[in-house]
Amino acid sequence: MNWRWIFLMAWRDSRKNRSRLLLFISSIVFGIAALVAMKSFNENLKRDIDTQAALLIGADLDLRSTRKPDSSTLAFIDSIKNLSEQMAIEERFMSMIRFPKADGSRLVQVRALTGDFPFYGNLETLPNDAYKRFGQEPEVLVEKTLLIQYDAEVGDSVQLGTNNFTISGELIAQPGQTAMRGAMAPTVFVPLAHLENSGLQQTGSRIEYHYYFKFPSQFRTDDFVEKQKERFTQLQLRSATVSTTKENTGRSFSDMAHFMELVGFVALLLGCIGVSSAVHIYIREKLVSVAILRCLGTRSSQAFFIFLVQFAAIGLIGGILGATLGTLIQYAIPIVMQDIIPVALSNRISLNAITEGIGLGLVISILFALLPLISVRHISPLHSLRVSDEPQSLWTDNLRWWIYVLILTFIIVFTRLQLNGWAQTLFFIVGLGFTFALLYGVAKGFTYLIRRYFPKKWPYLWRQGLSNLYRPNNQTIVLLISIGLGTALIATLFFVQDMLLQRVKIASAENQANMVLFDIQPPQRDTIKNMTREAGLPIVEDVPIVTMQLAAINGKRANDYLSDSTSNISARSFRGEIRATYRDSLTLSEKIVEGHWTGRVSKGEMGQVSLEKSYAERIGVEIGDSLLFNVQGVEIPAIVSNFREVDWNRFQSNFRVVFAEGIIDNAPKFYLIMTHVDDETQSATFQQAIVNRFPNVSVIDINTAIDILESLLERIAFVIQFIGSFSILTGLVVLIASVRISKYQRLKENVLLRTLGASRRQVFTITASEYLMLGILASITGIVIALIASNLLGIFIFETTFVPSIGFILVLTALVSVLTVGIGVTNSLSVLNRSPLETLRKE
Amino acid sequence: MASTILQLNQVSKNYNLGNTVIPILKNISFTINTGDTGSIVGPSGSGKTTLLGLCAGLDQSSEGTIILNGIKLNGLTEDQLAQVRNEHVGFVFQNFQLLPTLTALENVMVPMELRGMRNRKDKAITLLDRVGLSTRADHYPSQLSGGEQQRVSLARAFANSPKILFADEPTGNLDAETSKIVEEMLFELNRESGTTLVVVTHDMELAAKTQRIIPIKGGTIA
Repeated sequence: MNWRWIFLMAWRDSRKNRSRLLLFISSIVFGIAALVAMKSFNENLKRDIDTQAALLIGADLDLRSTRKPDSSTLAFIDSIKNLSEQMAIEERFMSMIRFPKADGSRLVQVRALTGDFPFYGNLETLPNDAYKRFGQEPEVLVEKTLLIQYDAEVGDSVQLGTNNFTISGELIAQPGQTAMRGAMAPTVFVPLAHLENSGLQQTGSRIEYHYYFKFPSQFRTDDFVEKQKERFTQLQLRSATVSTTKENTGRSFSDMAHFMELVGFVALLLGCIGVSSAVHIYIREKLVSVAILRCLGTRSSQAFFIFLVQFAAIGLIGGILGATLGTLIQYAIPIVMQDIIPVALSNRISLNAITEGIGLGLVISILFALLPLISVRHISPLHSLRVSDEPQSLWTDNLRWWIYVLILTFIIVFTRLQLNGWAQTLFFIVGLGFTFALLYGVAKGFTYLIRRYFPKKWPYLWRQGLSNLYRPNNQTIVLLISIGLGTALIATLFFVQDMLLQRVKIASAENQANMVLFDIQPPQRDTIKNMTREAGLPIVEDVPIVTMQLAAINGKRANDYLSDSTSNISARSFRGEIRATYRDSLTLSEKIVEGHWTGRVSKGEMGQVSLEKSYAERIGVEIGDSLLFNVQGVEIPAIVSNFREVDWNRFQSNFRVVFAEGIIDNAPKFYLIMTHVDDETQSATFQQAIVNRFPNVSVIDINTAIDILESLLERIAFVIQFIGSFSILTGLVVLIASVRISKYQRLKENVLLRTLGASRRQVFTITASEYLMLGILASITGIVIALIASNLLGIFIFETTFVPSIGFILVLTALVSVLTVGIGVTNSLSVLNRSPLETLRKE
Repeated sequence: MASTILQLNQVSKNYNLGNTVIPILKNISFTINTGDTGSIVGPSGSGKTTLLGLCAGLDQSSEGTIILNGIKLNGLTEDQLAQVRNEHVGFVFQNFQLLPTLTALENVMVPMELRGMRNRKDKAITLLDRVGLSTRADHYPSQLSGGEQQRVSLARAFANSPKILFADEPTGNLDAETSKIVEEMLFELNRESGTTLVVVTHDMELAAKTQRIIPIKGGTIA
């Protein structure tokens, strides 16, 4: 094989087709850019987490528990303290903070500290030395947002519980805190010693106890944690080290980034399908050139390689351009994502991502161009004399099956590299295949219906435009798939976002509870209920909550299960604090799925407990099993009498563990009251009244939470839509490519029409009507897919009724159609504007 | 005694249209000697172009044998036929069939490049000069007139010094004046290089300029 000549001929052949080849390149550029941007982001994020993990946790080891430490836990913590260089203690909980000057209050995250924490990294404060001095006096450090909200400044007084504190500084940044989390509940640092008698550390208060340790540099923290695993479980302590923090923080965000890479990959696949279809038409046009070459003695393989080299070069150039664009885009990602990511994002250029992008461009262009290109091997030299009498099918080569296998293998391997397991990969591939098949089916169905029920009474120009959709060599299906998929992606994202927000917003609807008051001590309950009624607010719920731990299942304790590897029940089942309630009936959101509901037991009778089904499955218990609960030091036995299914989506209190009345009624407890406020003013006045009277009671206004959730969803959706919009862009580039590629064919038709007397305006109407139909069909195809997908998501994932927004559907349909007409007509202008003869000469 | 360069023996060609077999050529036999000029004439649809395709190794006959310059074409693979065309055959087409993406010079060079010949550029320039187009060497086909394109096509046809040249209606797309120029050029070049020339035409005036006329009608020699 004379490769030099092949490359020379490829170069020569490309010279007159540069603009068209550039369009092929554009089809893959956006997909590659999306991939490279997300991969670079992912890599940078991983590196940032790796380098900043120690700062995130602030110590070598963080032991935490939601249970107040007993003497054995304290002894164990003391033993670790002896191994460490430094130790700090934190009590973390949600509470209301009150700004007397502004007479305002809101929910904050209180971090009550003792010790020189963090050991790694710093809290950035204003004034700079505020944290150094922190701990001696009853002072607090408050997030800047809070100060702005309540027009407060350093030196002002605030109230936490019943205690007053002076603001000694404003918090500018703290390791591991995202802006979004800060918006939900800003942090307030307070010296632990000064929190005593504030009324915030009462029984039932939901406090997370943290013990931070700094070890000598040679100390192997992870080995130590591994060795102490059993002891941690026994004492119900959870551990976090620098390496587990790395892993946990990295996992969730990298899953998201991998998912986004796949969205980019779909855009790339779309582009490739577009390229493949365009190459198909391109090769048909090259039929005679190939036949001439064959006449002159070119071997079939030489002719094939002349074109393959061109498409490989396109892939390479597309890869380079895509990688460059993707690298530029990744600089913009931190602007959007920084607020929801706990580490400071960097944006270094990722050589891996660039190499992968360029490699992908090359491989995928070759793979998808191969399909139509293999037909070049069968072009007969007879075509140079006249068209062969034998039908020259471009799709009769058996080699194409091998190419299909290669493409499928490539897609599977690439997807597997992005996802965690084969099950996910299979799910993605099947989902992708199903989507493409559905798009193909809908597109095919539409074209069939147009032919079958052709509107014969329409004006001629519109009929001509419509019939263009199924003329020979049309690209209707490919365009419907590519523009349709882009539309489907955008529409599904919008629908899902809307569904999530609607679901939360239902909570703020009339008669539904939208304000929660918790941490109410029993003596405070009646007064708060009265205050609520006096404020004209309904008491939607009034629920007692008892905190406890699971101590034994069927007589065996956590320790017994630690050594028993044959049991279904794991020692982990005993971990964590349970918040249970007791009542005599089910709520509207509950339903018994197994066993019988027992609402009350008499004195002396065995206790009966109802478990939420998935919780029961998780801890491995069955109906009739006996459980032993440690209710703040007192052990209470109970038999599992039934399993409940709970609709967690309802905005009301739901519990995994519900006791029958008559068992834990006298245990130490606190209450939760839910009410409904009509507007912001009513909410603020009522919150203020409650906090002024009972500083330990926390209040959550759901409307504020919705606003924050909306802003969070908007940010995430923006990134997904941004990457998803690359599919739309690709679809539009495929449209441009297809219009340009079929230009010659259109030219001949238009010249014929013009010669027969059609005015420029009439030809324009035909062209515009064709693209209008195409745009409408593509957007409807995409929206149909989005409706199906959103409905399925609504039923199976969000468990809510999906009601599509008709306004959005109309706007999106109009937008996609107008865009399609715009691009279609703009790219046909050269055919429309010039005289037939001039156009023919030029071409 | 003159040697035979092309020999056809009972050659038939059928095309299948679905289940129907359509005979195009039936039992054609003739020989052409080296250095001769001949023409295949006949009305439209008589099978002349199909016959030219078979003789030049562009297609395989359904029956019979074709021997070109001592090589039996029957049973050769497509790539073997391509090699035969490159080494022994030159073509001139009715609609010129220049490669639109190549300049005039590059078009002429292609057959020589395929053979790996040396000094191909010089030879191509000489040939273009011979057809009076050395100043248009860097022009693309779309920048040339029909007559000029056919002259480039002539230069290309003689580029690899073919043993036999097949011309399919070489003046069919040209006006009378240009046709005359191209015809003269074709015969002159043929004489100079001693190539055998086979012309397919329905122009009896052109046919009359060749030494031998093979009339085809309804797929057989009339």
